[in-house]
Amino acid sequence: MKKDILKHKLVPDHTILSDTEAKKVVKNLKVHPEQLPKIKADDPVAKAIEAKPGDILQITRKSHTAGKFVTYRLVLE
Amino acid sequence: MKGILKKISQIDFGLMSPENIRKMSVTKIVTPDTYDEDGYPIEAGLMDPRLGVIDPGLRCRSCGSKGGDCQGHFGHINLARPVIHVGFADTIHKILRSTCKDCGHVLLTESEKVDYKEKIETLIKNEESITGIIKEIYAVARRDKCPSCGEEQEDVKIDKPVSIVEGNYKLTASEVRERLEAIPQEDYIYIGINYEVAKPEWMVLTVLPVPPVTVRPSITLETGERSEDDLTHKLVDILRINQRLKENMEAGAPQLIVEDLWELLQYHVTTYFDNEASGVPPARHRSGRPLKTLAQRLKGKEGRFRSNLSGKRVNFSARTVISPDPNISINEVGVPEMIATEVTVPVFVTEWNIEKMKEYIMNGPNKHPGANYVIRPDDRKIRVYDETKETVIEKLEPGFVVERHLMDGDVVLFNRQPSLHRMSMMAHEVKVLPYKTFRLNLCVCPPYNADFDGDEMNMHVFQTEESRAEAKSLMRVQEHILSPRFGGPIIGGIHDHISGAYLLTREGSIFSEEDVFQMVKRARMPLPKPTGEDWTGKQVFSLLLPNDLNMVYRAEICRKCDECLKLECKNDAYVVIEDGQIKSGAMDEKAYGAFSGKILDSIVKEYGTDKAREFLDTSTKLAIAGIMKRGFTTSTADEEIPKEAKDRIEQLLANAEQKVEQLIDAYHNEELEALPGRSLRETLEMKIMQVLGEARDKSGEIAESYFGMENHAVIMALTGARGSMLNLTQIAACVGQQSVRGGRIERGYSKRTLPHFYEGEMGAKASGFVHSSYKKGLDPLEFFFHAMGGREGLVDTAIRTAQSGYMQRRLVNALQDLNVQLDGTVRDNRGVIIQTQYGEDGIDPAKSDYGKVADIDRMIEEMRIKSKAGK
Repeated sequence: MKKDILKHKLVPDHTILSDTEAKKVVKNLKVHPEQLPKIKADDPVAKAIEAKPGDILQITRKSHTAGKFVTYRLVLE
Repeated sequence: MKGILKKISQIDFGLMSPENIRKMSVTKIVTPDTYDEDGYPIEAGLMDPRLGVIDPGLRCRSCGSKGGDCQGHFGHINLARPVIHVGFADTIHKILRSTCKDCGHVLLTESEKVDYKEKIETLIKNEESITGIIKEIYAVARRDKCPSCGEEQEDVKIDKPVSIVEGNYKLTASEVRERLEAIPQEDYIYIGINYEVAKPEWMVLTVLPVPPVTVRPSITLETGERSEDDLTHKLVDILRINQRLKENMEAGAPQLIVEDLWELLQYHVTTYFDNEASGVPPARHRSGRPLKTLAQRLKGKEGRFRSNLSGKRVNFSARTVISPDPNISINEVGVPEMIATEVTVPVFVTEWNIEKMKEYIMNGPNKHPGANYVIRPDDRKIRVYDETKETVIEKLEPGFVVERHLMDGDVVLFNRQPSLHRMSMMAHEVKVLPYKTFRLNLCVCPPYNADFDGDEMNMHVFQTEESRAEAKSLMRVQEHILSPRFGGPIIGGIHDHISGAYLLTREGSIFSEEDVFQMVKRARMPLPKPTGEDWTGKQVFSLLLPNDLNMVYRAEICRKCDECLKLECKNDAYVVIEDGQIKSGAMDEKAYGAFSGKILDSIVKEYGTDKAREFLDTSTKLAIAGIMKRGFTTSTADEEIPKEAKDRIEQLLANAEQKVEQLIDAYHNEELEALPGRSLRETLEMKIMQVLGEARDKSGEIAESYFGMENHAVIMALTGARGSMLNLTQIAACVGQQSVRGGRIERGYSKRTLPHFYEGEMGAKASGFVHSSYKKGLDPLEFFFHAMGGREGLVDTAIRTAQSGYMQRRLVNALQDLNVQLDGTVRDNRGVIIQTQYGEDGIDPAKSDYGKVADIDRMIEEMRIKSKAGK
C-alpha cells in the first residue's frame, strides 16, 4: 500500500510552473534560475508530481507570520 | 598603500615537490652554526645573509631591497635520509593500507574503479566535497589480496605519530617513499590526490625548506647576548643530526647506528613541525620550556589565526569600569577626563576653525580640551608638547589635521562583551566627567546586560566623518529603544524607576503644589502653570505624556481577576490614558519598563525616537524625584508575618506531609492506581510532587494575604521593579521542594539520601522538601538539600552559556552574509535567494507590534477612547 504523500498535512502544495510562468517568476525576482533554492528530482514530492530537472516548482505553504507564503525551487537532478 | 589588483581565479591545494623546494630556495644550508667569532653570519648557515635582511640599513643579498622591504627568502636542507612529515602520517597510513604492497595499485576491482571514478568526477564537476567518497574507498580498499596482481596483503598499522608498521616489520621512511612512488598516476584519483598538484611520495620529505630569517628573528638581549628563535634552535638540531647521519653513512658505520641517527632526525623534523604531536616527547629549550614550533605558532587561541588574523588590536579605544549616572541622558556616556585627553578626534583645519584649533594646541596634551598631534599635509605626524606647542601653532594652517581631545558631544562607540546582539554596541555622545569610570544611564543597562559590580566596558572613537554620520543615524542609543527580537522596548526604566513611578501615580497619592514643583524641577521638566491646589500623582506624570496620546492596557500589578472591573479596578491596574491624561491606573513596569513598557513602546512608534528619548530621560528622573519625596527601603521586616499566620502555615505543611505519608502507605499496600502511561512509582512521585507543590503555594497564599500594598518588598514584586512574590513567600512562609535532575532528591547513600533516614524512605523530609522559610532558617538537612539543588543550578547555567555561545557562533557564521534586498528578498552574497520575502511576511520585527503586524483589538479600543474624548 502506497500513501499519497501529497495529501499529508505536513507536505505543502507543490506545482510545476509552465515555461511562461517560470520566466515571469525569474523576471520578477530578478534572478538567474540557478540562484533559486533547489530541490532534487528524486525528492519524494518532486517524484510524486513528476518534476523534471530544470523545472521550477511553486511551493505554497502555511506560515506562522504571513498565513500563506509562496516560494520557488529549481529542480536539480 | 599601492598594490597590484588581480583577481584570483583559482586556488590549488597541493604538496610541494622536492624540486619546487629547491627551486624557491636561494641557498643550501649545511652548517649548524649561525655566527662566526666576529658575530658575522656564516654562509650556508642558518643566518645566511641571502635569506633576507632585517636591519633597515642593509641591502638584501638576494633581492637587493632594503631591510623591511625584503620579505625574506627560503633556503633548503638536503636530508641525508627521507623522513615522514608528521602532518601526513595519517594519510600515508591510509594510502598504504589501501594500495598493493607489490604493484602499488589501489585495492579496488576494475568495476569498482569505473564506478568510483565516475562518482568522483561528477562531484568535482559540481564543486562538491569528495571527502565522503574517499573515506568510503579507504574502507572498501582494505583487502587481503590485490585484485590486480593477486599479491597477498599484510595489515598496515600506524604507530603514532610517524611509524608505519606492516605485520611485525617497521617500514623505514625510504621504504614508505618507495611504496608511494609505486602508485600509478591513474590511481591517484581514488586516494583523493589531484595528480596536477601533488604526488603521494611528496608526503615523505627528502628536502626541508628553511624559512627566511624574517620568520624567526633573533632578539638581542640587554646584555648584548643574542637569543635565537625557537625555530632556529630546532633547525640547528636538524642540521646537526643530518650532518652526523651523513658522515656515519659515508664512513660505512654499522646499520644499527645509522638507523638510530635516522630515527633521531625523524624526531627532530617531527617536532620542528609540531611539538605537541601525541606520542613524541616535546623538544625542550635549555631552560626546560617546550619549544614553540610551526604548529604551535598557528594553533589555538594565542595562535596566528585567532589572535592575529581573526582578531586585531585597535587604536583610539579605551576600557574602564562602568558606574551609574541617572542625571545623564540615555544617549550619553560619561568619559573620564583622563581618557578624554588620551584618545583623540582628527579635525581638518579650515580658515573657520583655525582659531579654535590653535586654542586646543595652546592647551597642550595634558589640559582638557587640548590636542595631542598635528598632521601636516605631507602626512608627517607631529606630537604636541607643552614645550613645542607655540612653534606648532605658528606653522598651523588650513589643510593640516589636528588630533584634538575628546569633547562633549563627540560620538563614540560603546560596547560591552559578550557582544551577542546589535544593542551590545551603540553610539553614545561623550560627556567628559571627573573621576575614572565610564558613566552610563541606568536605562541602557538591559541592552548591554550590564551592572555595576565591577563590569568594564570599551569605547571606540570614530575617526572619519562618514563613520560618525553613519553611527549617528544607525547606532545611536535612541534608535535602539525597540528591540528587533520581540518588537518592544529593550531600553526602559528599571528597579527604582518603576517603584518610583508607581508610588507617584497610584490611587491616593497626593502632593502639595510645592512638592510637585520641586519634583518637576528636579526632573528638568518645564514648569506647569500653578493651580493653587494639591496635585494627584497621575496629573504630575501626565505632564510628560504627549497631549494626543490615547491608550488602554492592563498594568503589571493586574491580578488577572476572573472578571475585569475595568475602570473600577481595586488594584488601580486598568490604565486609561485620554489625550495624554492618565484617567485611571498606576504606572509600573508595563508603562515604561525595559522589555514590556507599553507607553514607551507607543511613544517610540507614534512620535519617534527623539520624543521617546526625551520621555525616558525625564520620566525616570521624575520617578526618582517621586521616590525620594517619600523614601523607599526594604528589609526582612517586610517579610514578617504574624504568629497566627505562621501557625496556619505549619498546620498546612503538617497536613501535606500527612497526605504524603498516606500516599506512600497506599503505594506500599498496592492501593495506589497508576496514571495512564506511568508506572506505579512514577505515579507516586507525581502525586507527592503535586501535594507538596500545592502546600508550598498555599503557604505562600497565606503569607501573601498578610502583605499589603504599603509593604515595599511587595510593591517591588508586584510592579515588576525587582523580585517576585515567590521570592517573598520563600522568605516568609516556606521554601518548598528542592530538585535535582527535575525530580525530588533521590541520590546520595544507597537507598536513601542521607544516613539520617531509613532505607527506602520516601517521605517529604527525606527527599528534600524544605518546610522552613529563609527567614526562619533551614535545618541542617534542609540546608544540605538546598545546597544540592543550588549547585545543580550553577552547573546548568555554566553549561548552558557554553553551549548556547557555541550555537550562536555557528549560527552567526552561517548567516552573517545574508541581507534583505530592496525588493524584500533575502539573499546571500552570491545572490542566491534564501527567502522570497523576509520572514515570509516582510515585516521588520522592531517596527512591529510585539512581533505582530498590528494588534487590532488594542487599536479599536484606543480609537473608541479617542472618539469619546473628541466628543
